[in-house]
Amino acid sequence: MTDMRYEAPETLDAAIALLDDASGGGKVMAGGTDVLVQLHAEIIEPEVLVDIKNIPDLKAMSQTEAGWLVGAAVSGMTIVDNADFATAWPGVCEGVALIGSVQVKGRASIGGNLCNASPAADSVPAIIAAGAVAKIIGPGGVRKEPVENIVTGPGQTSLGDGEFIVSFSFPTRAPHSGDCYLRLTPRTEMDIAIVGAGVSLTLDDNGTCNAARISIGAVAPRPLLVEEAANALIGTKVDGTALENMVAAVRAACDPISDKRGTREYRIKTAGVIARRAASKALERARAN
Amino acid sequence: MAKKVHVTTTVNGDEYEYLAEAGQTLVDVLRNELELTGTKEGCSTGDCGACSVIVDGELVCSCLVLAAETDGKSVETIEGMANGDELHPLQRNFLELNGLQCGICTPGFLVAAKALLERNPDPTETEARFWLAGNLCRCTGYDKIVRSVMAAAEEMRGA
Repeated sequence: MTDMRYEAPETLDAAIALLDDASGGGKVMAGGTDVLVQLHAEIIEPEVLVDIKNIPDLKAMSQTEAGWLVGAAVSGMTIVDNADFATAWPGVCEGVALIGSVQVKGRASIGGNLCNASPAADSVPAIIAAGAVAKIIGPGGVRKEPVENIVTGPGQTSLGDGEFIVSFSFPTRAPHSGDCYLRLTPRTEMDIAIVGAGVSLTLDDNGTCNAARISIGAVAPRPLLVEEAANALIGTKVDGTALENMVAAVRAACDPISDKRGTREYRIKTAGVIARRAASKALERARAN
Repeated sequence: MAKKVHVTTTVNGDEYEYLAEAGQTLVDVLRNELELTGTKEGCSTGDCGACSVIVDGELVCSCLVLAAETDGKSVETIEGMANGDELHPLQRNFLELNGLQCGICTPGFLVAAKALLERNPDPTETEARFWLAGNLCRCTGYDKIVRSVMAAAEEMRGA
């Protein structure tokens, strides 16, 4: 670690060049709340630490005609304090608000939460349910990827050498849309999810669900988008039968481990409960919009 | 060979210039280079909040910030809280209401509570408890800490 360099480039091109020059020895850092812990525990030993927070695109947050654009390194506190974003995406804010303490959220970002690739990351099922798309940049140029395709396993992502996420785009909300993220933990704060569920849905003028996305966390090696669960709601009034079918699809998709936080059986059971509660809350919000 | 970074940081209004190792944390520089030992290092992983400081208005754990990142930034620590010999209302209420026992967590609690009251001068007890969830205390059971914060908030609103 003593040989490591610290670089804080101010442009995307400079960051790409630094990572390219390091040929695999570079580590990207945003808020650093995971990276610095791994660095000091010598889990990672990069040649160069590339702090991307001084690049304007990474810290920008704006509402456009196409929806919201959130820089990958925007801090959690900045996100949860943005009242307009919270109106559009309350569920995303719920996920972000559950990342660590106020101190941690003062630094931690959605980009970091995603790229740290924990199966239990709280913001990830919420942004998957929201249909967020990551703008990725690297030596090969720019590409866009739905966020459900980023995490491939615990600590593993689909990002190539020298690639990093610049921003996330969230689509414009149709009328009668709502989202929600809920998690189950033994404590109310500062804990790691036993299960987490993000639900986003849209109703037509008659109250029939015409679009839904459901994502679950901490119940598989990576956060999952469960299309069968969403399909159980689409075309229905999100009534009791539809919710039971959704719960069954969620449980069928679970493939969790047993650990000190909960057994496999407990996680599968409660994933359904948390998904149903999140769907009910998302429905309530959709009806109010 | 260690690659040092030249850093200029304003701490409690005073400008400090120093050389930091790339991986050196802010809490390490505060305590061991600048001799500002009021900030305590507990867990070093962002779980306990003992090292809480305010960087450019944002409450953070100084164990999870590199000193190199604070180049050109402004840092507020516990040493900047009292106005000369006059204690901050939070400090005075912690003393009067026994909001501390061993004292290791206290600077972190005070800095975090100050950040809360600057943002929300009239928090509910629930809001105060959630805000302070990132600060751990193994002595008090938290109740006296929360009472001290609420009393200081009331006093500051009246002032």
